[in-house]
Amino acid sequence: MSTTAFLDDVRAATERDGEPRWLRDLRARGAERFAAVGFPTTRDEDWKYTSAAPIAELDVRAISEPGGEVTRASIAPYSFGQDGWTTLVFVNGRYDADLSTAGVASAGVRVLSLEQAREEMGDLLRDTLGSICDVEQNAFIALNTALFTDGAVIHLAKDAVATAPIHLLFVSDAAAAKGASHPRVLVVAERNSKATVIESYVATSEAVYFTNAVTEVSLGDGATVTHYKIQRESPRAFHVGTIDARQGRDSHFVSFSFATGAALSRTNVWTILGGEGCGATLNGLYMADGSQHVDHQTRIEHQKENCYSREVYRGVLDDTAHGVFNGKVYVHPEAQKTDGKQENHTLLLSPRAVIDTKPQLEIFADDVKCTHGATVGRIDNTSLFYMKSRGVGALRARQLLTYAFAADVLEQIELDAVRESLEELTLARFTGATTAE
Amino acid sequence: MSKQLAAEQGRPMGASIDTLINREYQAGFVTEIEADALPRGLSEETVRLISAKKNEPEWLLEWRLKAFRRWQQMSEPRWANVEYAKIDYQDIVYYSAPKTAKPLGSLDEVDPKIRETYDKLGIPLHEQKLLAGVAVDAVFDSVSVGTTYKEELAKHGIIFMSFGEAVREHPELVKKYLGSVVPYSDNFFAALNAAVFSDGSFVYVPKGVRCPMELSTYFRINAADTGQFERTLIVADEGAYVSYLEGCTAPKRSTNQLHAAVVELVALEDASIKYSTVQNWYAGDEEGKGGIYNFVTKRGKCAGARSKISWTQVETGSAITWKYPSVILQGDDSTGEFYSVAVVNNYQQADTGTKMIHIGRNTKSNIVSKGISAGQGNNSYRGQVKVLPKAENARNYTQCDSMLVGNRCGAHTFPYIEVGNNTATIEHEASTSKIGEDQIFYLKQRGMSAEQAVSMIVSGFCKEVFKELPMEFALEAQQLLGITLEGSVG
Repeated sequence: MSTTAFLDDVRAATERDGEPRWLRDLRARGAERFAAVGFPTTRDEDWKYTSAAPIAELDVRAISEPGGEVTRASIAPYSFGQDGWTTLVFVNGRYDADLSTAGVASAGVRVLSLEQAREEMGDLLRDTLGSICDVEQNAFIALNTALFTDGAVIHLAKDAVATAPIHLLFVSDAAAAKGASHPRVLVVAERNSKATVIESYVATSEAVYFTNAVTEVSLGDGATVTHYKIQRESPRAFHVGTIDARQGRDSHFVSFSFATGAALSRTNVWTILGGEGCGATLNGLYMADGSQHVDHQTRIEHQKENCYSREVYRGVLDDTAHGVFNGKVYVHPEAQKTDGKQENHTLLLSPRAVIDTKPQLEIFADDVKCTHGATVGRIDNTSLFYMKSRGVGALRARQLLTYAFAADVLEQIELDAVRESLEELTLARFTGATTAE
Repeated sequence: MSKQLAAEQGRPMGASIDTLINREYQAGFVTEIEADALPRGLSEETVRLISAKKNEPEWLLEWRLKAFRRWQQMSEPRWANVEYAKIDYQDIVYYSAPKTAKPLGSLDEVDPKIRETYDKLGIPLHEQKLLAGVAVDAVFDSVSVGTTYKEELAKHGIIFMSFGEAVREHPELVKKYLGSVVPYSDNFFAALNAAVFSDGSFVYVPKGVRCPMELSTYFRINAADTGQFERTLIVADEGAYVSYLEGCTAPKRSTNQLHAAVVELVALEDASIKYSTVQNWYAGDEEGKGGIYNFVTKRGKCAGARSKISWTQVETGSAITWKYPSVILQGDDSTGEFYSVAVVNNYQQADTGTKMIHIGRNTKSNIVSKGISAGQGNNSYRGQVKVLPKAENARNYTQCDSMLVGNRCGAHTFPYIEVGNNTATIEHEASTSKIGEDQIFYLKQRGMSAEQAVSMIVSGFCKEVFKELPMEFALEAQQLLGITLEGSVG
C-alpha cells in the first residue's frame, strides 16, 4: 500500500506560508498523526468490511489551484430549484465566489468561506476548529486536518434563526481528475439558535478523484441544527466524509445522509449528547448498483440523563454492490432514562449484492430503554402477489415496492424541497422515468 | 416517620441484598486427593508426556505436535470485550490426574473421595441416586473417572466413553471426526487444547438410533494451578438423536485457572444433537480475585441434509467467559439454534454469543440470547450470522435482550450480519431494559417479597431459554441464577 502521494501533500501543506501559528500547529498535529498511523486496514474493527486500500493506492494529488468549467447552468440541477437559499459553491474543492449566492440574510447568521472566516472570525476558528474532530479519531480526519484549504464556516449567534436553508455545494468536474480535496466545514450554533444546513457533493463528470470531508457541528444549549448530506459523487470517485456533532443541553441534532454516488464511499455520522434533555435523529438512505461500495458508520454517545436518539437507515443494493452499516449506541453510566431506537433495513435486489450490517449497543446505565433492529431481505413475495392480483404488472409492482421501501425513510425529511427532490430522484432510479437529474 | 423507617423504605431490599450478595460459592470446596501431575510449563516435551501417559497412538501424538507448533506461532486474541492480566502459559500444570486413576471395572472402584465430591455437588454418579436415568461421564481435573449406564447404552450401539478410552477402542471413529469441525489451527485456545487436551467425552450414536436417555458430563477442576483442557466429540449418525448435558464447577482459589475446552458436534443426514450447558465455574470473589478463565471453542457442523444442532447454555460462573457455540449449516434444510442466558455479577466478564454460518440451501437459524448484568459485571453478546452466496433461502431470527441491575455494570451487543444472497431473510432485534420498580411494586403488593419478585421477573425474562433445557437442568439453572443474582437489585 502506498501512501507516498498523500505524504507528499502533507509535507507541502506543513510548509505553507502565511498561516497563523495555531493553524500551523493544528496541521502539524494532523500531519504527524497521519504519518504515524497511515490508512486503516481491514484488521481495524471500524474498517472490517471496507478496505481503504483502493484509496491509499490512488494516484491523486491535493488540488491546489482553483480550476474547472462549472457554470451556473451546470449546477442548477443540484440547487433544489431554490434561489433564496444562501449557497456557497465549491468547484473541485475550491470556493467559487462568483457562483455562490448570498440569499436571504437572517440576523445573527453568518455563512463564510473558510478563508473569509479566517480573517473575520479568527478567534472562533482557533477555539473550535479541530476541537470536535480530533486528529486522533482516525487517519482521514488527520489527513483532512493537515490538508484542508477550503470549506465553510457557519456561525449562528444566540437566538439566531436562519430563515432559509444554507446550502454548501461541492461540485467536481472533469478538472478534478486525479485530484484530492479535503473540505472542512464548521457549524457553530450558539444557545437557542436554529438552522438547516445542506452539504451536497455532486459531479458533472465521471472523473476519478478523492474527496475527504470533515464537518464539525457544535450545538449550544437549546440549539437545533438539521444537517442533510447528499452524496452524489462521480461513479468512479472515492468519498470519505465525517460529520461530528457535540450537543449541549436540550439541543437537537437532525442528520440525514443520502448516498448514491462514488465507487467507494464511507460516511461517518457521530454525535455526543453531552447535556440533559438532548435529542438526536440520524436517518439515511443508501442506494448502490454496479460494483459500488457504500459504507455508513454512525455513533451516538449518550453522556447525560433524559436524552433520546432515533435512527433509521435504509439501503437498496443492486448488481454486485456492497453495503456496510455500522451503528453504535453508547450509553454512559450517568445517562439514565436514555431512550434509544435504531433500525437498519436493507433490500437486496440482486443475488450478488452483499450487505454487512453491525448494529451495536454498549450500555452502562440500568434505567434505559434501548432497542435496535436489523433486517435484510428481498422484495416480499406476498406484497408482490397482492399487487399483481390488483392488476399491477410484475415489473411495475417490483419497482413500486422498491421505491416504497426507500421512500419510507425519505418521508422523515422535513425540508420539502429536499424531500421532493430526493423522492423524485429515487422514483426515477427505480422506475426508469426520466426526470431532470 | 422515623429516620430508620425512611431509610428502610428508601432501600426496601437493603438487608437481603447484603446477605444474598455475600452468599458463598457453594461448590467451592477442595477435595484432598493425591494427584499425578506434570510439572508446570509447556513444551514439546509436555505434549509428548501427556500423550505417553495416555498411551496414545502415534497419529494422535503427531496431531498434538502439529497443533503445538501451530500454537507457538499464534498470538492470544485480544479482540473480545474482556480485560484480564496476561496469562503465563508456562505457569500452568497441563496434566493432573487423581493418583488412583487406573482402568475402572465398575463404579464401586471409583475413589470414595471423588465420589464424595460428586455427591456434594449433587451429581448422579451413583446409580442409586435420585436423578437416575442420566448417564454421566465425570471428568475430574483432567481424566474421566467413570461412566455410568454404559451397558444400557451399549445395547443400542451407542458409544459413550471418555476420550482416552475412545482413542483406544474406536480409533477409526475418533480419527475420522477429531478436528473435523474445530481444526487444530482454528484459534489460539483451540490449538492449545489440541496440543495438551487430557481427556473429555466421546459420543457416537449409530444410524437411526434415538438415544434413550440424556447423556451428561460433569467437569470439575480440583487441583490448584491446573488448566483443564478437555475435548468433547459427539457424532450423530444418519437419523440419530442425542441430548447431551454438561455442567462445570471448580473449587475456590485466589488465583485464576484456565479452562480451554473444545467441543465438536457432527450431525449427519437427518440427525439431531441437543447440547445443553450449565456453567458454574468459580467466578472469583467480590473483588474480582480468582475465578476461572473460560475460553472455550464450541462448534457444531450440520453436515447432512435436514440435520439439526441446538445449543442451550446457562452461563453463571467464570471470571471471564469467552465462548461462541456455533453451527455450520452445511447440509440443505439444516437448522441451527442457540439459546443462552448469561449472568454476570461482581467483576465477572462475559463475551459470548454464537455464529451461524449458512452454507446449504433452505437453512434456518434461531438465536435467543438473554444477558443479565449486575454488580460491576460486563456482559457482551457477540454474534455472527453469515449467509454465503450459495445459501438460497436462508432464514435467521435473532433476539438478544439485556437486563441491567445497577449502573456500574455494562451490557453490550455486537451482532455481525453478513449477507451475500438476496433470497435470505434476516431479522435481528435487541433490547435493553431494567427490572421496573413498578413491576416489583406490583408483585410486592400481591404478597411477594422483593427477592421473590426479582427472581420471578428474571425467570420470566429467561423463560424462552429455560424451556429449552432438559427438566433437571432447568431447575438447577433457575437455582443458580437465583444464587448469582438475587439481592443485587436495589
